[in-house]
Amino acid sequence: MTGKIVIDIERCKGCGLCVAVCPKNGITLSKKSNKSGYFPAEVINSDSFDKLTTSCTGCAICALVCPDVAIEVQRDDSGKVKIVTKPDRKSKPRLIEEKT
Amino acid sequence: MCGNEALAEAAIIAGCDAYFGYPITPQNEIPAYMSRRMPEEGRVFVQCESELAAINMVFGASATGKRAMTSSSSPGISLMQEGISYLSGAELPAVVVNVMRGGPGLGNISPSQADYFQATRGGGHGDYHTIVFGPSSVQELVDCMPLAFDLADQYRMTVVVLADGVLGQMMEPIVLEKKPRRKLPPKDWALTGAKDRPQNIVRSLWLGEGVLEKLNYKLKAKYEQVEKNEVLCEQCGADDADIVVVAYGIAARIVRGAVAKARQEGIKVGWIRPITLWPFPAEQIGKTADEFRLFLVVELSCGQMLEDVKLAVTGKSPIVFYGRPGGGMPTVDEILDKIKQLSIPAKKQKTKR
Amino acid sequence: MQKVFTRTPTLKDVVTHYCPGCGHGIAHRLIAEVIDELGIHDRTIGIAPVGCAVLAYNYLDVDMIEVAHGRAPAVATGMKRTNPDKIIFSYQGDGDLAAIGTAEIIHAAHRAEKITVIFINNAVFGMTGGQMAPTTVLGQVTATTPQGRTANDGYPLQISELLAILPGAIYVERCALSGPAQVRKAKKALRHAFELQVSSAPGLSLVELLSACPTYWRMTPAEAMDWIEKEMTKVFPLGCLKDTTSD
Repeated sequence: MTGKIVIDIERCKGCGLCVAVCPKNGITLSKKSNKSGYFPAEVINSDSFDKLTTSCTGCAICALVCPDVAIEVQRDDSGKVKIVTKPDRKSKPRLIEEKT
Repeated sequence: MCGNEALAEAAIIAGCDAYFGYPITPQNEIPAYMSRRMPEEGRVFVQCESELAAINMVFGASATGKRAMTSSSSPGISLMQEGISYLSGAELPAVVVNVMRGGPGLGNISPSQADYFQATRGGGHGDYHTIVFGPSSVQELVDCMPLAFDLADQYRMTVVVLADGVLGQMMEPIVLEKKPRRKLPPKDWALTGAKDRPQNIVRSLWLGEGVLEKLNYKLKAKYEQVEKNEVLCEQCGADDADIVVVAYGIAARIVRGAVAKARQEGIKVGWIRPITLWPFPAEQIGKTADEFRLFLVVELSCGQMLEDVKLAVTGKSPIVFYGRPGGGMPTVDEILDKIKQLSIPAKKQKTKR
Repeated sequence: MQKVFTRTPTLKDVVTHYCPGCGHGIAHRLIAEVIDELGIHDRTIGIAPVGCAVLAYNYLDVDMIEVAHGRAPAVATGMKRTNPDKIIFSYQGDGDLAAIGTAEIIHAAHRAEKITVIFINNAVFGMTGGQMAPTTVLGQVTATTPQGRTANDGYPLQISELLAILPGAIYVERCALSGPAQVRKAKKALRHAFELQVSSAPGLSLVELLSACPTYWRMTPAEAMDWIEKEMTKVFPLGCLKDTTSD
């Protein structure tokens, strides 16, 4: 299973929780600050979004602990993950669930 | 019907949706009556753990657009001051009945009018006012309940009804009838669930630059409207009197008797009876002071409405005070004696001019 | 690739004023997710506390009210009794619920008010600058316990244990926002607490969430998470303290 996270640089406050919990140690804090002065998280080796170089599996544990909902997680569906609906206000909102 | 029960029934007829209260003498008949009648009408009654909780339950129910009220007596009303400030800041309607008793502190359970400052000067923090009624008969108490709810809804304010231990216990024949409501604005600010509309927020915290100042000016403008439109006052025989007695509530009942007796004895005395204590009938009293007269203010306190009378008279006439604080009740004869005492110097002064 | 995690609609798309690593952000998100999953957005009314979360109405997109410090359970009572079909929840910190508001929460539980209470326990008074809270643990240094809390300042208050005794409190659970596994359990607890109100269960549900305050604990967020798991749970053990609705 491979995955990708997208971090909203201006939302991130550089708290480092995602860095601490990522099971692949695939996140670090950037050396460049955002507009608020925080040093946001960034994926290691994310300059080339090459499946082979980032270790992200799309487990979403980083997003689970992020207090600022700054991380969006994508996953390469190998058939085990069922997406319910993309939440938006017009359709009946449901969070995307994982089903085994 | 006794005053306490009558005002409770009048509130129910006026459409009170919820009553929250805590026992305190001399208003215990109100929660007891409500505990029986509200469930009969399918409405809400809660005996809560304190007056602090009661006023906050009113806050909650009012925020959802319901007509909510509470009642208590002086020490309990002290506990509610925080809640009343919050109600005023959040612009929520509410009705609070204060059956006054002797104070300060735990005091006693006898009638008193010593909560005038608390009610009209706002015992809570911040620049706000509550509409205050000072009825002087059980019928008037009954009549001001629907008016209280209407004013509360119309102006999004707290309305305080000042009764006292005697008025609450007095048994008088009354007429209870459903009065038509004023035309009231819709409560589109109420918290009813954000279905098909943006969220409503009921709040009184405004940290942005200048925002709270704007709110205070808005409140001020609102209060000016109330002062313009909602003053209620009654007077009798003041136009040609040498002495004008100013009193409200139960004191006004006693004064009425004393003035009637005094007039029989040929003394030219009249009375003015404010019914709304805020907004205060300053204009009416001020006009009466244009002719040189002697004002006698009678209160069951050490002199609180006295200050508002002084402000209204603006030094145009002398003012004398007679009061009995701490639960003391003057008799008709006591007031009559005071009037007689005063009538001689007044006549002397008139002939001097 | 498909999106497997994104922001839920009831959580507004704004940057919060909370400190980096603050537990409020996680708690708000979990509550918003539960509201959306249960489809109750249109009839939910929330009560914001006095404390760092006073501006919760800027983040949760439901009808909300801001009330005096500690009075939320009384306000919730006034709202729920006059509107039994609405879902009423209060969100309170340790000052709000365990200090000034102890009478209100005990009596709301004692009267079995059908409301959901979320209690954020971060062992300090955050908003006002990190003073001792009733839940500050012994030895903890705060703005008003510069030498560390001693028994003379009082013991930490385990208010959930106190409330669990009351028959009117039908579900009391303590979770932590201290790591992915704990966050998942916390969401389950919150969901259960809201579901009970949706099904008109006859009493009050309370979920206590041990939450990080990295700023006033003088730690990094990751260290704070550790401190919750290693130190706070010694005084505030995790788990379901009471659930009269389960078989």
